[in-house]
Amino acid sequence: MPTLNDYLVLSAILFTIGTAGVFVRRNLITILLSIEIMLNAVNLTFVAFGRALGSADGQVIVFFVMTVAAAEAAVGLAIVIALFRHKESLNPDSFTGLKW
Amino acid sequence: MTLFYFFGAIAVAASLLVIAQHNPMYSVLLLIASFGALSGLYVLLDAPFVAVIQIIVYAGAIMVLFLFVVMLLNAPKEDTEEARLRGLVAPGVTNVGILLALALVAELGWALTRNGGESGAFPGGAVTSVAAIGRLLFGEYAFPFEVTSILILVAMVGAVVLARRERDPRRSHVK
Repeated sequence: MPTLNDYLVLSAILFTIGTAGVFVRRNLITILLSIEIMLNAVNLTFVAFGRALGSADGQVIVFFVMTVAAAEAAVGLAIVIALFRHKESLNPDSFTGLKW
Repeated sequence: MTLFYFFGAIAVAASLLVIAQHNPMYSVLLLIASFGALSGLYVLLDAPFVAVIQIIVYAGAIMVLFLFVVMLLNAPKEDTEEARLRGLVAPGVTNVGILLALALVAELGWALTRNGGESGAFPGGAVTSVAAIGRLLFGEYAFPFEVTSILILVAMVGAVVLARRERDPRRSHVK
Protein backbone atom coordinates (compact mmCIF):
# COMPACT_ATOMS: atom_id res chain seq x y z
CA MET A 1 0.00 0.00 0.00
CA PRO A 2 1.57 3.31 -1.03
CA THR A 3 1.75 5.78 1.80
CA LEU A 4 0.81 9.42 1.89
CA ASN A 5 4.49 10.23 1.46
CA ASP A 6 4.59 8.44 -1.89
CA TYR A 7 1.74 10.56 -3.21
CA LEU A 8 3.33 13.74 -1.91
CA VAL A 9 6.65 12.88 -3.55
CA LEU A 10 4.92 12.15 -6.85
CA SER A 11 3.05 15.43 -6.60
CA ALA A 12 6.29 17.29 -5.86
CA ILE A 13 7.96 15.69 -8.89
CA LEU A 14 5.07 16.74 -11.14
CA PHE A 15 5.10 20.27 -9.73
CA THR A 16 8.83 20.52 -10.36
CA ILE A 17 8.38 19.36 -13.95
CA GLY A 18 5.77 22.07 -14.42
CA THR A 19 8.01 24.72 -12.89
CA ALA A 20 10.94 23.67 -15.08
CA GLY A 21 8.66 23.84 -18.11
CA VAL A 22 7.66 27.42 -17.36
CA PHE A 23 11.28 28.47 -17.02
CA VAL A 24 12.85 26.46 -19.83
CA ARG A 25 10.33 26.51 -22.67
CA ARG A 26 9.98 29.44 -25.05
CA ASN A 27 6.49 28.77 -26.34
CA LEU A 28 3.47 30.45 -24.78
CA ILE A 29 1.22 27.41 -25.24
CA THR A 30 3.72 25.04 -23.65
CA ILE A 31 4.10 27.45 -20.76
CA LEU A 32 0.33 27.36 -20.22
CA LEU A 33 0.47 23.55 -20.35
CA SER A 34 3.20 23.58 -17.72
CA ILE A 35 0.94 25.67 -15.50
CA GLU A 36 -1.74 23.01 -15.94
CA ILE A 37 0.79 20.36 -14.82
CA MET A 38 1.47 22.38 -11.68
CA LEU A 39 -2.25 22.77 -10.94
CA ASN A 40 -2.70 19.02 -11.29
CA ALA A 41 0.19 18.29 -8.95
CA VAL A 42 -1.51 20.45 -6.35
CA ASN A 43 -4.80 18.65 -6.97
CA LEU A 44 -3.09 15.33 -6.27
CA THR A 45 -1.84 16.70 -2.97
CA PHE A 46 -5.34 17.86 -2.01
CA VAL A 47 -6.90 14.49 -2.76
CA ALA A 48 -4.13 12.55 -0.98
CA PHE A 49 -4.45 14.67 2.14
CA GLY A 50 -8.22 14.47 2.03
CA ARG A 51 -7.93 10.71 1.87
CA ALA A 52 -5.43 10.63 4.73
CA LEU A 53 -7.62 12.85 6.92
CA GLY A 54 -10.83 11.06 6.00
CA SER A 55 -12.59 14.22 4.83
CA ALA A 56 -14.25 15.23 1.56
CA ASP A 57 -12.98 18.82 1.77
CA GLY A 58 -9.96 18.00 -0.37
CA GLN A 59 -12.14 16.81 -3.23
CA VAL A 60 -14.31 19.93 -3.00
CA ILE A 61 -11.20 22.12 -3.21
CA VAL A 62 -10.08 20.14 -6.27
CA PHE A 63 -13.43 21.02 -7.85
CA PHE A 64 -12.72 24.72 -7.30
CA VAL A 65 -9.15 24.40 -8.56
CA MET A 66 -10.44 22.83 -11.77
CA THR A 67 -12.89 25.70 -12.22
CA VAL A 68 -10.13 28.25 -11.80
CA ALA A 69 -7.95 26.25 -14.19
CA ALA A 70 -10.69 26.33 -16.81
CA ALA A 71 -11.11 30.09 -16.42
CA GLU A 72 -7.35 30.57 -16.55
CA ALA A 73 -7.04 28.45 -19.68
CA ALA A 74 -9.85 30.34 -21.45
CA VAL A 75 -8.46 33.80 -20.68
CA GLY A 76 -4.84 32.73 -21.19
CA LEU A 77 -5.54 31.22 -24.58
CA ALA A 78 -7.51 34.30 -25.61
CA ILE A 79 -4.49 36.42 -24.70
CA VAL A 80 -2.24 34.04 -26.67
CA ILE A 81 -4.48 34.42 -29.72
CA ALA A 82 -4.47 38.20 -29.40
CA LEU A 83 -0.67 38.25 -29.00
CA PHE A 84 -0.18 35.93 -31.97
CA ARG A 85 -2.32 38.20 -34.13
CA HIS A 86 -0.21 41.12 -33.05
CA LYS A 87 3.29 39.68 -33.58
CA GLU A 88 2.84 36.40 -35.49
CA SER A 89 4.96 34.70 -32.85
CA LEU A 90 4.50 32.54 -29.78
CA ASN A 91 7.91 33.22 -28.31
CA PRO A 92 7.57 35.15 -25.05
CA ASP A 93 10.82 36.92 -25.86
CA SER A 94 9.04 38.76 -28.70
CA PHE A 95 6.70 40.44 -26.25
CA THR A 96 9.00 42.79 -24.46
CA GLY A 97 7.20 46.00 -25.33
CA LEU A 98 6.71 46.87 -21.68
CA LYS A 99 10.38 46.41 -20.81
CA TRP A 100 12.27 49.57 -20.05
CA MET B 1 1.08 -0.71 -4.94
CA THR B 2 2.16 -1.73 -8.38
CA LEU B 3 -0.72 0.27 -9.82
CA PHE B 4 0.48 3.36 -7.98
CA TYR B 5 3.94 3.06 -9.53
CA PHE B 6 2.44 2.27 -12.92
CA PHE B 7 0.26 5.40 -12.98
CA GLY B 8 2.91 7.50 -11.33
CA ALA B 9 5.50 6.49 -13.93
CA ILE B 10 3.10 7.32 -16.75
CA ALA B 11 2.26 10.68 -15.25
CA VAL B 12 5.89 11.66 -14.73
CA ALA B 13 7.07 10.36 -18.11
CA ALA B 14 4.24 12.06 -20.00
CA SER B 15 4.78 15.34 -18.15
CA LEU B 16 8.49 15.24 -18.94
CA LEU B 17 7.73 14.64 -22.60
CA VAL B 18 5.29 17.58 -22.58
CA ILE B 19 8.23 19.75 -21.64
CA ALA B 20 10.60 18.08 -24.11
CA GLN B 21 8.37 18.16 -27.21
CA HIS B 22 8.90 20.71 -29.95
CA ASN B 23 5.45 20.39 -31.42
CA PRO B 24 2.75 21.86 -29.15
CA MET B 25 0.26 19.41 -30.62
CA TYR B 26 2.19 16.44 -29.19
CA SER B 27 2.56 18.32 -25.93
CA VAL B 28 -1.19 18.67 -25.57
CA LEU B 29 -1.79 15.01 -26.37
CA LEU B 30 0.88 13.86 -23.94
CA LEU B 31 -0.62 16.07 -21.25
CA ILE B 32 -3.94 14.33 -21.80
CA ALA B 33 -2.14 11.00 -21.20
CA SER B 34 -0.67 12.43 -18.03
CA PHE B 35 -4.12 13.51 -16.86
CA GLY B 36 -5.44 10.04 -17.56
CA ALA B 37 -2.76 8.54 -15.32
CA LEU B 38 -3.60 11.08 -12.62
CA SER B 39 -7.22 10.08 -12.92
CA GLY B 40 -6.15 6.50 -12.21
CA LEU B 41 -4.32 7.71 -9.13
CA TYR B 42 -7.50 9.44 -7.94
CA VAL B 43 -9.29 6.13 -8.28
CA LEU B 44 -6.62 4.51 -6.14
CA LEU B 45 -7.21 7.27 -3.58
CA ASP B 46 -10.92 6.37 -3.40
CA ALA B 47 -11.99 9.62 -5.05
CA PRO B 48 -14.07 8.50 -8.05
CA PHE B 49 -15.80 11.87 -8.39
CA VAL B 50 -12.51 13.68 -8.86
CA ALA B 51 -11.29 10.94 -11.20
CA VAL B 52 -14.34 11.38 -13.41
CA ILE B 53 -14.29 15.17 -13.58
CA GLN B 54 -10.55 14.99 -14.19
CA ILE B 55 -11.25 13.14 -17.41
CA ILE B 56 -14.43 14.94 -18.41
CA VAL B 57 -13.48 18.51 -17.54
CA TYR B 58 -9.69 18.46 -17.86
CA ALA B 59 -8.99 16.00 -20.64
CA GLY B 60 -12.35 16.55 -22.33
CA ALA B 61 -12.87 20.29 -22.14
CA ILE B 62 -9.77 22.23 -21.19
CA MET B 63 -7.33 20.19 -23.27
CA VAL B 64 -9.65 20.31 -26.28
CA LEU B 65 -9.66 24.09 -25.89
CA PHE B 66 -5.86 23.96 -26.03
CA LEU B 67 -6.01 21.74 -29.09
CA PHE B 68 -8.35 24.19 -30.79
CA VAL B 69 -5.95 27.05 -30.21
CA VAL B 70 -2.91 25.03 -31.32
CA MET B 71 -4.67 24.15 -34.56
CA LEU B 72 -6.08 27.64 -34.99
CA LEU B 73 -2.69 29.28 -34.70
CA ASN B 74 -1.15 26.66 -36.97
CA ALA B 75 1.67 26.49 -34.44
CA PRO B 76 4.84 27.88 -35.93
CA LYS B 77 8.12 26.09 -35.31
CA GLU B 78 8.96 27.13 -31.82
CA ASP B 79 12.66 27.81 -32.02
CA THR B 80 15.59 26.12 -33.62
CA GLU B 81 17.58 23.44 -31.89
CA GLU B 82 20.68 25.53 -31.41
CA ALA B 83 18.65 28.41 -30.04
CA ARG B 84 17.19 26.08 -27.45
CA LEU B 85 20.58 24.66 -26.55
CA ARG B 86 22.08 28.12 -26.35
CA GLY B 87 19.35 29.08 -23.93
CA LEU B 88 20.10 26.05 -21.81
CA VAL B 89 23.87 26.41 -21.81
CA ALA B 90 24.46 30.14 -21.81
CA PRO B 91 24.40 31.86 -18.44
CA GLY B 92 21.28 33.88 -18.04
CA VAL B 93 17.74 33.87 -16.81
CA THR B 94 17.12 30.30 -18.00
CA ASN B 95 19.99 28.92 -15.96
CA VAL B 96 18.66 30.66 -12.90
CA GLY B 97 15.34 28.97 -13.56
CA ILE B 98 16.98 25.54 -13.83
CA LEU B 99 18.96 26.12 -10.66
CA LEU B 100 15.81 27.27 -8.89
CA ALA B 101 13.96 24.16 -9.97
CA LEU B 102 16.85 21.90 -8.90
CA ALA B 103 17.04 23.64 -5.55
CA LEU B 104 13.30 23.15 -5.16
CA VAL B 105 13.72 19.42 -5.82
CA ALA B 106 16.60 19.11 -3.39
CA GLU B 107 14.72 20.99 -0.71
CA LEU B 108 11.60 18.92 -1.20
CA GLY B 109 13.58 15.70 -1.05
CA TRP B 110 15.26 16.82 2.12
CA ALA B 111 12.00 17.89 3.74
CA LEU B 112 10.27 14.66 2.81
CA THR B 113 13.04 12.27 3.87
CA ARG B 114 14.13 14.04 7.03
CA ASN B 115 11.74 12.24 9.33
CA GLY B 116 10.61 9.60 6.91
CA GLY B 117 8.30 6.86 8.01
CA GLU B 118 6.42 9.09 10.41
CA SER B 119 3.23 9.27 8.36
CA GLY B 120 2.46 5.67 7.62
CA ALA B 121 -0.17 4.09 5.47
CA PHE B 122 -3.56 5.68 5.01
CA PRO B 123 -6.06 5.11 7.78
CA GLY B 124 -9.55 4.06 6.87
CA GLY B 125 -12.55 6.31 6.49
CA ALA B 126 -12.26 7.66 2.96
CA VAL B 127 -15.16 9.71 1.62
CA THR B 128 -16.09 8.09 -1.66
CA SER B 129 -19.73 9.10 -1.86
CA VAL B 130 -20.55 11.71 -4.47
CA ALA B 131 -23.63 12.65 -2.45
CA ALA B 132 -21.43 13.66 0.48
CA ILE B 133 -19.37 15.91 -1.80
CA GLY B 134 -22.50 17.45 -3.26
CA ARG B 135 -23.92 18.12 0.18
CA LEU B 136 -20.67 19.79 1.19
CA LEU B 137 -20.56 21.80 -2.04
CA PHE B 138 -24.07 23.20 -1.62
CA GLY B 139 -23.92 23.49 2.15
CA GLU B 140 -20.68 24.59 3.69
CA TYR B 141 -19.14 25.72 0.39
CA ALA B 142 -22.25 27.33 -1.10
CA PHE B 143 -20.80 30.83 -1.16
CA PRO B 144 -17.51 29.88 -2.87
CA PHE B 145 -19.56 27.85 -5.31
CA GLU B 146 -21.62 30.91 -6.28
CA VAL B 147 -18.50 33.05 -6.53
CA THR B 148 -17.11 30.43 -8.88
CA SER B 149 -20.05 30.94 -11.21
CA ILE B 150 -19.30 34.66 -11.37
CA LEU B 151 -15.65 33.83 -12.05
CA ILE B 152 -16.65 31.66 -14.99
CA LEU B 153 -18.89 34.42 -16.34
CA VAL B 154 -16.09 36.98 -16.07
CA ALA B 155 -13.63 34.58 -17.73
CA MET B 156 -16.09 33.93 -20.55
CA VAL B 157 -16.66 37.62 -21.22
CA GLY B 158 -12.94 38.30 -20.92
CA ALA B 159 -12.03 35.57 -23.37
CA VAL B 160 -14.57 36.82 -25.91
CA VAL B 161 -13.38 40.41 -25.59
CA LEU B 162 -9.68 39.51 -25.76
CA ALA B 163 -9.91 37.17 -28.71
CA ARG B 164 -12.29 39.35 -30.71
CA ARG B 165 -10.88 40.56 -33.97
CA GLU B 166 -10.73 44.32 -34.13
CA ARG B 167 -13.23 45.71 -36.55
CA ASP B 168 -11.82 46.79 -39.85
CA PRO B 169 -12.02 50.61 -39.88
CA ARG B 170 -12.94 50.66 -43.59
CA ARG B 171 -15.95 48.53 -42.92
CA SER B 172 -17.14 50.19 -39.76
CA HIS B 173 -19.16 52.91 -41.50
CA VAL B 174 -20.84 50.38 -43.76
CA LYS B 175 -22.28 48.48 -40.83
